[in-house]
Amino acid sequence: MQDRPRLTQTQVNEELLWPVFSFKRRHALAFIPPLILLMGGVIAVTILIYQGLWVTGLQRPAFWGFFIVNFVFWIGVSHAGTMISSILRLTQAEWKRPITRAAEVMTVFALITSLLHPVIHAGRPWRIIYWLLPYDFARGVWPDVRSPLVWDPIAITTYLTGSILFVFTALIPDFALIRDQSTGMRKKIYSSLALGWRGTPRQWKLQGIFGILMSALILPVFVSVHSIVSWDFAVSVVPAWHVTVYAPYFVIGAVHSGVSMVLTLMALMRWIFKLENYIWEDHFDAVGRLLIFIATLWLFFFFLDFAFSFYTREEQELAVMQRRLFEWPFNAITVIMIMTSYVIPIPLWLSKRVRRNIPLMFWTSILVNIGMWLERYFLIIPAIERKNELTFLWSNYVPSLIESLVVLASFGMVALLLLLFAKVVPLVPAWEAKEGIVFREDVQIGEVIVPGIIKETEEDKAW
Amino acid sequence: MPDNKDILGVFGDTETAAEGARKLRGAGFTNEDYDVLTGNPYPEGAFGEHVKPNRLFVFSLGGAFIGFAIAFLFTAATQTAWPLVTGGKPILAVPAMMIIAYEMTLLFAMIGTVVGVVFESRLPRSSGAGPVYDTRITSGYIGLIVTTTEDRLSTAEAAFKEAGAADVVRESS
Repeated sequence: MQDRPRLTQTQVNEELLWPVFSFKRRHALAFIPPLILLMGGVIAVTILIYQGLWVTGLQRPAFWGFFIVNFVFWIGVSHAGTMISSILRLTQAEWKRPITRAAEVMTVFALITSLLHPVIHAGRPWRIIYWLLPYDFARGVWPDVRSPLVWDPIAITTYLTGSILFVFTALIPDFALIRDQSTGMRKKIYSSLALGWRGTPRQWKLQGIFGILMSALILPVFVSVHSIVSWDFAVSVVPAWHVTVYAPYFVIGAVHSGVSMVLTLMALMRWIFKLENYIWEDHFDAVGRLLIFIATLWLFFFFLDFAFSFYTREEQELAVMQRRLFEWPFNAITVIMIMTSYVIPIPLWLSKRVRRNIPLMFWTSILVNIGMWLERYFLIIPAIERKNELTFLWSNYVPSLIESLVVLASFGMVALLLLLFAKVVPLVPAWEAKEGIVFREDVQIGEVIVPGIIKETEEDKAW
Repeated sequence: MPDNKDILGVFGDTETAAEGARKLRGAGFTNEDYDVLTGNPYPEGAFGEHVKPNRLFVFSLGGAFIGFAIAFLFTAATQTAWPLVTGGKPILAVPAMMIIAYEMTLLFAMIGTVVGVVFESRLPRSSGAGPVYDTRITSGYIGLIVTTTEDRLSTAEAAFKEAGAADVVRESS
């Protein structure tokens, strides 16, 4: 169990850079499912723009349906990427090394995908461009800063900008690596991206400080973004939306779905890119243990949502809660949600053998994300269908094929962007993997040899 | 002021590189005269180098203040430019302004941090990795680059060879 392959730097370069310099069969075949899903989405959006929003199931008062559910879902998934990367960097956890870049990049692509949804949801997306460019300064028609729909784009833009800057700056040493391994036009492009990086002690020290400082700055953003997204609902007066528990509930839900997505991503990365030397069973074990805590916290907030309603005894809110638990199809959705988000995976993850079984961890993480997608549906739709007290304004939202295709396409888009990213830079930071080699020492304790990690003390560092 | 030139010693492992640094210091070169080039971080001082303090926090803090100021000015100016009472809320709704100020403070702090890292790392370099560089550095080799007058280049070269350098790269004239 303590045996780990001792890798050389040349080996690390070869094993992490092959997707950049070549196109092997497994990597090529991995493009097919996301491309198919994305094509379905493109066709669906084309039909939607040509025919209008009537092709969706949206009707008064349920004007927020699959598109907004998916928007919230992907914002949620984006959270865990940066959260895991930042917390592991701040705690200087050794097992962060193979995960950080993939998690951060998943954040960026999940955010980009989620941002497309309000645009598609507009029905006539060119009007959004028309409103914004040129902006109507002359009439002084400013955004209303008292609205969460203004806080939302500001928060998401902050998070997206921060995540992109985080990924790019940490990529500079690997751009330099690819520059050194390349010739011709590729060398010129990567030389520009590397900004002249040479790997001096000052540059490395600043990279180290940057990782910690940026993590400390982006973590408050991570907490605030999904809180603000939750306020799109909580700041309204829709019964069962207008609850103060929504901010932490959404954040912990985001962490639950996002960390599970990171698990899925780790398993796929290991399989497609043959990263067995970098992504070990230990990583799945560690993430699995983290997920037990996160899932249990999520379950607590799930019950807390009900507790808030019972405490206020507000008729409308209780009616929506009753709808969620006992009326078709929400009763089935609730059962599936609880089973897939908690009841099935958590008891399994309590077993170390399961946590170290990569295929099982992959499939249970998929289950969690199915459950967490349904959780967003569970939170949004039952309330908005009964938004008004006037019964003639009630509706039953039935999602259309167009909306379903767009939702599936969003998964394809994130997967496709990740596969394309892997073609451009190594998904596992090569310089961090090499740092792990330098700072590792095998220590003889009694009759066993244990892999030890060397850590510089604070006195050694001149920060 | 005499023109300084660069010479690079390429070493195959940390021991010979550290020995190279010792030989350089023994030959009269100081920490100001040489720098270390590596493909991954090493413990600080592993090759006798000393990293000068940086002012990265100034960039982050400065960015944070700028972001906070922009957010408050923008929200206050836009809301007072067209004072519209919505939902009974005040024209200058401080909780709402605080949310925007919080985000903008962190956004500009992050931008400042990145600008600071790039600037303090002495990047971007117009000459790329430089005329004196070896691509083996990112494959595990360690470089010691000496910047000195032309008459001292041979002293540096001798120190490299004595320490067991795999290669010595001079700046082409």
